[in-house]
Amino acid sequence: MSAHELIIVGAGIVGAACADVASAEGFKVTVVEPGPIGGGVTAAGMGHLVSMDAAPWELALTHYSLGLWESLHDLPGSEYSRCGTLWVARSDAEGAHIADKQARLAGAGIRAEVVDGAQLRQLEPELISGLAGGLLVPDEGVVYPPAVARAMIARACHRGATLERARVTAVGDHEVTLDSGQHLRGTVVVAAGCALPTLLPELPLRLRKGHLVITQRYPGTVRHQLVHLGYADSVHGNEASVAFNVQPRPTGQLLIGSSREYGRTDTEVSMPMVRRMLRHTFEFLPGVRRLNALRIWTGLRPASTDGRPYIGRVGARPGVWVAAGHEGLGVSTAPGTARLLVDQLLGHQPAIDMQPFDPMRMAA
Amino acid sequence: MSTCVRIIVNGRAFEVPEGISVAAAIAHAGQPFRRALGGQRRFPLCGMGVCFECRARIDGAAHQQTCMVPVRAGMKVDTDD
Repeated sequence: MSAHELIIVGAGIVGAACADVASAEGFKVTVVEPGPIGGGVTAAGMGHLVSMDAAPWELALTHYSLGLWESLHDLPGSEYSRCGTLWVARSDAEGAHIADKQARLAGAGIRAEVVDGAQLRQLEPELISGLAGGLLVPDEGVVYPPAVARAMIARACHRGATLERARVTAVGDHEVTLDSGQHLRGTVVVAAGCALPTLLPELPLRLRKGHLVITQRYPGTVRHQLVHLGYADSVHGNEASVAFNVQPRPTGQLLIGSSREYGRTDTEVSMPMVRRMLRHTFEFLPGVRRLNALRIWTGLRPASTDGRPYIGRVGARPGVWVAAGHEGLGVSTAPGTARLLVDQLLGHQPAIDMQPFDPMRMAA
Repeated sequence: MSTCVRIIVNGRAFEVPEGISVAAAIAHAGQPFRRALGGQRRFPLCGMGVCFECRARIDGAAHQQTCMVPVRAGMKVDTDD
């Protein structure tokens, strides 16, 4: 039996960020990952760094984390691009929410500019005419998440962390069991994404399937990450849904989302869902109909049942902590999650209220 | 000699045989095909719409498979973007 100060289960972007922060704080870190680094949920997402504001906890966590992202832009291979987020309102009814959103963001210190329909077309000439308006959040951007995870793990290893190529089959008190039968002892952080239920079944998780389409290179077609203002309705609904979400990659390619389906655990591409998603995209960007798609893929988002990630001590299990269940916000919130978790491990006061993320809410 | 049509490839006018594909017309004109992001020259491989190596901009529309498009008089073809 070997002694390890901190065992991080999973090298997705959340586990990688935890390894990065903990190794910088002097922990002796072992990361256990059976697959490619950043090869699970992390590789399936869009990599949009965005402040979401449907609830106070969401704005607090995303805003705090985006602040930490500012020091990560130069990670090798991150492909960081500060394209800004442009929220788009179709109708006047949707447009009526723009000022509220701006006020909420401003309350957190986030710069956002209200734009009318004409300004929207100037910012994004490919958008269909007749849209009500929008909200430009200029400081947000996009990254390539798997490369970020690899760079974070590399940095942690440079500081002395170890990457263990194994699968964790069980989490015990202050220890994990590997598929080799070996035990590692230490404080455990479970950042296992979709594998959370097999390791900590007391924390309920729902998998939420999504589709993405990427095009060939059409530089300049779209300049900002475009998101429908009604996006949050899709996120918070229970039915299968699509939401307009188009991203300009630094290569000139367009990354097109998004779809959400509970109750699907397969990763097959569903052409009816892709057609539905693309039809919705063409309602905003009719010219995209003429572009060539290169590849379509799916992924499963690990969603907690109340929408809030689990970040903190798993109270009933001595020496076991968790950072998982971020659904579609794992990339935006990974640096924040890691900092907040490590601050708790160190006995420091975290920068934001952690009560909404306390895993023990599920024991109530 | 078959009938020829006049097309513009990379800003220059060429007479090419009527009825051939745009890919054949580019080759007939002696013009280079596209360049990959890494700088390497690419050339049509399959000639039947599978390999995507012959892509070019035709009349402003990017990434057209030139092997699948018959040449038309007045067509503007740009291979290097």
